[in-house]
Amino acid sequence: MNQQGKVWKFGNDIDTDIIIAARYLNSSDPVELAKHCMEDGDPTFASKVSAGDVMLAGKNFGCGSSREHAPIAIKAAGVSCVVAKSYARIFYRNAFNIGLPIFECPEAVDEINEGDVITVDAASGAIVNQTSGKHYQAVPIPDFMRQIIDAGGLISYVKGRVKQDV
Amino acid sequence: MPMTITEKVLAAAAGKESVKPGELINAKVDLVLANDITAPVAIKEFQKIGLDKVWDKNRVALVPDHFTPNKDIKSAEQAKLVRDFAHTQELANYFEVGRMGIEHCLLPEQGLVGPGDVIIGADSHTCTYGALGAFATGVGSTDLAAAMALGETWFKVPESIKFVFNGQLNKYVGGKDLILHTIGQIGVDGALYKAMEFCGEAISQLSMDGRFTMCNMAIEAGGKNGIIQPDEITRQYVEGRTKRPYTFYTSDPDAQYSKVYEFDVNKIEPQVAFPHLPENARPVSQAGHVDIDQAVIGSCTNGRMEDLRLAAEILKGKKVHQQVRLIVIPGTQEIYRQAMREGLFEIFLDAGAVVSTPTCGPCLGGHMGILAKGERCIATTNRNFVGRMGHAESEVYLANPAVAAASAITGRISHPQEVL
Repeated sequence: MNQQGKVWKFGNDIDTDIIIAARYLNSSDPVELAKHCMEDGDPTFASKVSAGDVMLAGKNFGCGSSREHAPIAIKAAGVSCVVAKSYARIFYRNAFNIGLPIFECPEAVDEINEGDVITVDAASGAIVNQTSGKHYQAVPIPDFMRQIIDAGGLISYVKGRVKQDV
Repeated sequence: MPMTITEKVLAAAAGKESVKPGELINAKVDLVLANDITAPVAIKEFQKIGLDKVWDKNRVALVPDHFTPNKDIKSAEQAKLVRDFAHTQELANYFEVGRMGIEHCLLPEQGLVGPGDVIIGADSHTCTYGALGAFATGVGSTDLAAAMALGETWFKVPESIKFVFNGQLNKYVGGKDLILHTIGQIGVDGALYKAMEFCGEAISQLSMDGRFTMCNMAIEAGGKNGIIQPDEITRQYVEGRTKRPYTFYTSDPDAQYSKVYEFDVNKIEPQVAFPHLPENARPVSQAGHVDIDQAVIGSCTNGRMEDLRLAAEILKGKKVHQQVRLIVIPGTQEIYRQAMREGLFEIFLDAGAVVSTPTCGPCLGGHMGILAKGERCIATTNRNFVGRMGHAESEVYLANPAVAAASAITGRISHPQEVL
């Protein structure tokens, strides 16, 4: 499925406190969390971002806490996918588990500018910058992760397994 | 095939003779853990699976430690959800306020985690238990929910990096300084997706408390887990404490590492990590003049007995600077009681500090010590990200308990020797 949207760019080591500050974790309501997405980095982000937009970031995106509220907040804010140079591993796992598509593509991060409109094929990781016309290919998603996505997320995958066991 | 300790623990849990880095495995877990922030999300996901009961009521630990004692109505609702689930599921390891502790101080103390275990926790500092020779790692709530149902989870076997600490530790240098120095050298993504194995003469001499501190912060370098081979010190800690049978695994001499770092600890002095990343570590002598408004001694990193004793040693007979708030938080009820017995509270109170019940509160900017705009705090906690302890324009400096205590006395970041 192709996602098309405007690009919002962020730097290296964007941590989970920036993505969703702990003071808001007395709620797990996606709508509430979305209102405060990226607040301590850019207080206006949640009001600027539109449905389908894409986040681009440098290395080690999502470092810090295990809080699943971080990818939930990004997804609920309307962001269709994240493209970064690399991810912190708990965030990476969480994003797949909750169904936020994420990709690793350092060249795209270096070359695409904030405000550009890009298209990301969530199945293949093919990225097209509609503004410049340039094409990129993200690191392929491991087959095992693909199985989880195809099953409809981790919980659906586990439901399938539990049924088989019965 | 030669294997590292991490590979051996994972192979055993996966029922395999050997595993190698990059391999995807399904591994049985010995314990799963969540807190009052992550458990509510996990419980909701678990309920979607449609099972009545968790896989083993003795192996799911729920510790409401982040916003407890409840700081507001919303956190009370979250804690209630966790409490109700624990009661309905008849969980053996639910810890109510008054019997509760900071999860990563509490679980080892209560003997719920042990050498050779595989443990996942919906808290990034679950890696703490690697200090006992366990494979322990943080996951999110959905992973936790799946493991509550299945009693197993999938892992990609990580490559291991070996960190060798040679020589003798200087006075007032401990586990916190070794790990801050290490993160300073390799960066906050220096061990991304990797196992961090700590060894060498200085580690052999390090107390269990110091080892917990080191493994606790493996995640701050992006590590999947931190791990230390169990030895006599480990044995003394777990004997009579750890409830389940345990296994001491050790790395083979010819095991493969993606990298090896060697440090001469004689050259390491107390460290301070400047805002806004743990990698901004520098020796305290190079901190310059940094005034502080608050000091926090506690957290899953440095809220153990050894930490409180060290802070008390520095604070004894001294006063906290007039313009500084010092907050001391024992990690568990047991630590609290022990500190009380040893007279440490007298020392803290005489100095002008506040002593709190166990809570993660200030570490993550939850409650009990939130910073205002422009304020600076020196803390024995593990993260100094933007806005971590309060206002986005406040600052957190990470240090060991001796440096935090000394700084509370002088009102600026100080070496402990300054106040002796």
